[in-house]
Amino acid sequence: MGNGTSIGRVRGLGPAHHGAHHWLVQRFTAIGNVVLMSWLLVSLVLLGDFSHASVVKWLAQPVPATAMILLVISLFWHARLGLQVLIEDYIHDAGSKFGLLSALNLATIGGGAFAIFSVAALAFGRTV
Amino acid sequence: MNQRPLSPHLQVWRWGPHMLVSILHRATGDGMALVGLAVLVWWLGALAGGPQAYAAFQAVMGSIPGMVVLVGLSWAFFTHMMSGLRHFVLDIGAGYELDTNRLWSVASPLIAIVLTAAFWALILLG
Repeated sequence: MGNGTSIGRVRGLGPAHHGAHHWLVQRFTAIGNVVLMSWLLVSLVLLGDFSHASVVKWLAQPVPATAMILLVISLFWHARLGLQVLIEDYIHDAGSKFGLLSALNLATIGGGAFAIFSVAALAFGRTV
Repeated sequence: MNQRPLSPHLQVWRWGPHMLVSILHRATGDGMALVGLAVLVWWLGALAGGPQAYAAFQAVMGSIPGMVVLVGLSWAFFTHMMSGLRHFVLDIGAGYELDTNRLWSVASPLIAIVLTAAFWALILLG
């Protein structure tokens, strides 16, 4: 944090010590979520039959599989940013904050990777 | 740290719908991040795991508590989406007039309830 210009005096403040990039990516992923969740909910309504065979037949097609993988990426990224803010706002101990943010990264990447692998496995016909 | 400005305590403000929609946005968003993503990952993992794994998922989600979770998640989604769309409008600098701000603070969660009901009507009747 500088003490000269007006921008220098505010740079680095706030609980995350940075801001605009996080704020923008939160909104970019929000747009992705609106578009792709609309696709998912409409698809579920149109699908109607939620048996294993029916859902797999639908999700294994190229376009639904791609859309689902993109949805997983957009949702997990957006959720990671949101939970990061929750942690930064309410956890004030530096060690706990570091630990929770590390756990958040592991959970986000691990959960997202597993979800993407599951969709890819269906699309490439592992179980059908 | 001690020299940094602090927000006034919550209780000095008169409670208004803009405060409700703000905390609802955080609660629904973080709720979905913690519960919704777990359900999504389980759903996709069970689909890839095969009919038996999927039957276990369906048994839990088709039960009364499971349905409460699914309906709750759909309500959280539509509530978060509506307050998120409200945020987009506020982000471009619009909607800060007191009447307009109040109107959309009240309307956003109400529209979300209508959308939740409409979604489940389509799922159950379709």
